Amino acid sequence: MTSTAASPTPTRPWQRWPLLGYVLRRLGTSVLLMLGVTMVTFVLTALVPGDPIAAALGEGAASNPATVAAYIEQHGLDKSIPERYLIYLTNLLQGDLGTSIKTGRPVATELATAVPATIEVALGAIIVSLAVGLTLGTIAAHRRGRATDQVLRVVSLLGLSVPTFWLAIIAYHTFFLRLGIAPGAGRLDPAFTPPPTVTGLYTVDFLLGGDPVGFFDALAHLALPVLVLSLFTIGLLTRFIRAAVLEVLDTDYVRAARAKGLPARRVIVAYVLRGASLPILTVVGVAFGVLLSGTVLVEAVYAWPGLGTYAFNSAINLDLPGVMGVGLVVGVIYLVINFAVDLLYGVLDPRVRLA
Amino acid sequence: MNAATAPRSRPRRRRLLRAIPAAWRTPLAVVGAVIALGWVIVAIIAPWVVPHDPLAQELTRLTPPGEVSLLGTDQVGRDVFSRLLTGARVTMPLALVMVVCATVLGTLIGSVAGYVGGWVDEALMRLTDLMMAFPTVILAMIIAASLGPSLFNAVIAGVVVSWPQYARVVRSLVLSLRTQNFVIAGRLLGYSPWRSLRSDILPNVAGPVLVLASLDIGTAILLLTGLSFLGLGAQPPTAEWGSMISGAMDHIDAWWLGVFPGLAILTVVMAFNFIGDSLRDALDPLSSAEREGAAGTTDPAEADPAATPVETPTTEEGR
Repeated sequence: MTSTAASPTPTRPWQRWPLLGYVLRRLGTSVLLMLGVTMVTFVLTALVPGDPIAAALGEGAASNPATVAAYIEQHGLDKSIPERYLIYLTNLLQGDLGTSIKTGRPVATELATAVPATIEVALGAIIVSLAVGLTLGTIAAHRRGRATDQVLRVVSLLGLSVPTFWLAIIAYHTFFLRLGIAPGAGRLDPAFTPPPTVTGLYTVDFLLGGDPVGFFDALAHLALPVLVLSLFTIGLLTRFIRAAVLEVLDTDYVRAARAKGLPARRVIVAYVLRGASLPILTVVGVAFGVLLSGTVLVEAVYAWPGLGTYAFNSAINLDLPGVMGVGLVVGVIYLVINFAVDLLYGVLDPRVRLA
Repeated sequence: MNAATAPRSRPRRRRLLRAIPAAWRTPLAVVGAVIALGWVIVAIIAPWVVPHDPLAQELTRLTPPGEVSLLGTDQVGRDVFSRLLTGARVTMPLALVMVVCATVLGTLIGSVAGYVGGWVDEALMRLTDLMMAFPTVILAMIIAASLGPSLFNAVIAGVVVSWPQYARVVRSLVLSLRTQNFVIAGRLLGYSPWRSLRSDILPNVAGPVLVLASLDIGTAILLLTGLSFLGLGAQPPTAEWGSMISGAMDHIDAWWLGVFPGLAILTVVMAFNFIGDSLRDALDPLSSAEREGAAGTTDPAEADPAATPVETPTTEEGR
C-alpha cells in the first residue's frame, strides 16, 4: 500500500530503486489475493444448490445413470471439494482454466476473445467519461453554489440513476431502428472479417493492420455501448472531480498562481488539475470496476461477445468452469487496476513513497 | 468560493436528528422526497386503484397507449399501467430489505473487526477485500444463478455483494472512535465490550451509515431490476419493472412496453439519489458543504442548527 510522507530531502533518481522491491512485494500479495479469489469462486460454485449435471446433460441424459457416472468421472465431481480445488489450482498454474461444459471448448480460449471485447468498451467509456467528467467537474467547482453547479449536480445524479439496460434498448431503438444512424448489434458488420489479432481490441487492430474502413466500422459499433455505459461514470466522475477540484482551489499555491497573473486556463491545467490528480486517479480506478459491472447489462442488449455475455451464459447454464474462469479474470483485472493506480500515485505525486 | 451563496444551512456532525430537517430543506431533497413519497403511496394503494388485474390477459394485445388503456397493453393483453403500479410493490420493499440486511450485516462485521482488532480484524477485512474484488453485478449474477433464479435469491445476492462497503466504513469509524476519551472513560467505568460498542460507539456510527444506506437504495433498485432484466430475479408473470423491460425487447416496435417501466425505475432511483445526496451534504464531514463552512470552525457544539434559518449564512461562514 502507499503512504504519504514528506521527505526532508528531494528524492534522487537512484533512490527510487526501492520501487523494484515494492513491485515485487505487491506481486507477492497479489498472488495471495488471487489465491483468495480462486477460493471464493470455487467455494461459490461448489456450494451451488442447482444441479450442474442436469444442466449440462439435459433432462433426458441426466436420467441415464451410466451417462451421469461417466460425466461425473470425466469432470472429477466424485472427488472431495478440497481435492477438486487442488486439481483446479494445478491446472490453473499450467494455464488450463478447464473446459466449458456447455460448448466443450477450453475456457481460456473463450475468455481470450471475450475479455478484449469488454476491455475495448470499458476503455472507450473511461476515455469518454473522463473527458466529460473533467470538464463538467471543473466547471461545477468553479461555479460552486451557483445555478450552473446546481444544474450539473442534478445532471450527474440523473446519470447515476438511469437503468443502463433500459437506456441501451432506447438508444438501440432510436439510433438504429428509427434513425438508422448507428450500426446494429455486435462488434462488426457481417461484411467485415475481424482484423488479425494483436491486442484483441478491434479498433486498435484495424489501425495496426492499416485498414481505415474496418476501423471506422468497429468504432461505429463501439459508439452506442460506450456512450450508454459512460452516462453512469460521467455522473460519478463529475461528482468526485468537483470535490477534488474544490479541495485544491482553496490552496495557497493556486491563489499564488492566480496572483502572479497566470492565464486561467494554465492555472486550471497545470495547478488545479495537477493537484487534484490523485483523487481523480482513484475514482477512475473505481469507475473502471463499475464499468465492468455495467457491461453485463449493456452487452446483453447489443449482443456484444464480451465478458458480461460470457459470464451471463455461464451463470444461467451453471457452466461452472466458465463461471470460475470469469471470476478469476475479473479478479485479475481488479488487481491490475489497483496496482496500476498505486504505481501512478508515485508518478503523479513524488511525495508519495511506495513502501 | 463565496460562502454566502451556500444554499444550505451549516451542517452539524453527529447531530443526526437535528441535521435531517436541515438536509430536507434543500430543493433537491424536497423534490426527491415528494417523488419517493409518491411512489410509496402508489405501492401502498396500487391493489385498489389499478384499472385492470395486472396478471389478467384480458385486453386486446399490443395496443398503443390511449386506445384501450392509459399506457397500452402488452403482448399477451395485460394492462401496462396496472402492471407498472403493481411493480412498485415488488421492487421498492425488496430494495429496502436488501439495504437493511446489508447495513446490519456490514455494520456488525465492521464494528467487530474494528473493535476487537488483531487477527479477527485482519481476517474479516481480508474477506471484505476479497468480496470487493468482484464487480457487483457479475458476482450477484453468479450467486443468483447458482441459487436459482427468483426474487428472493436476487435479494440474497444483493446483500452478499453490498455488505462489504458498510463493513469498511464502519470499521474505520470504530477504529477512530475506539481511542476517543469518552469511549475509554466508559470502558474504565466497567462497561463490557458489548455495552461500550452499543452505547458509546454505534450511535456515533449511525449517521454516516444511514447516509450510505440512503444512497444505496437507488443502487439496490438498479441491481434488483437489472437482475430481473437478465431473468435472474422476478419470474414471469410477476409484474416487475426489470422483467417488463426484458419482455419488451421481443417487441421492440411496441415502445410503450419498455419506456414506461424504465421511467419508473429512473424516477424512483433518482428520488432516492436526490435524498441521499442531500443527506450526505448535510452529514458527511468531508462533503463540500462542510468545507464551505470555513476551515477549522467545525465545532459541532456551536449554534443551534435547528434554529439556523436556511439561506442565512452563519457568522463563521462570512469570509
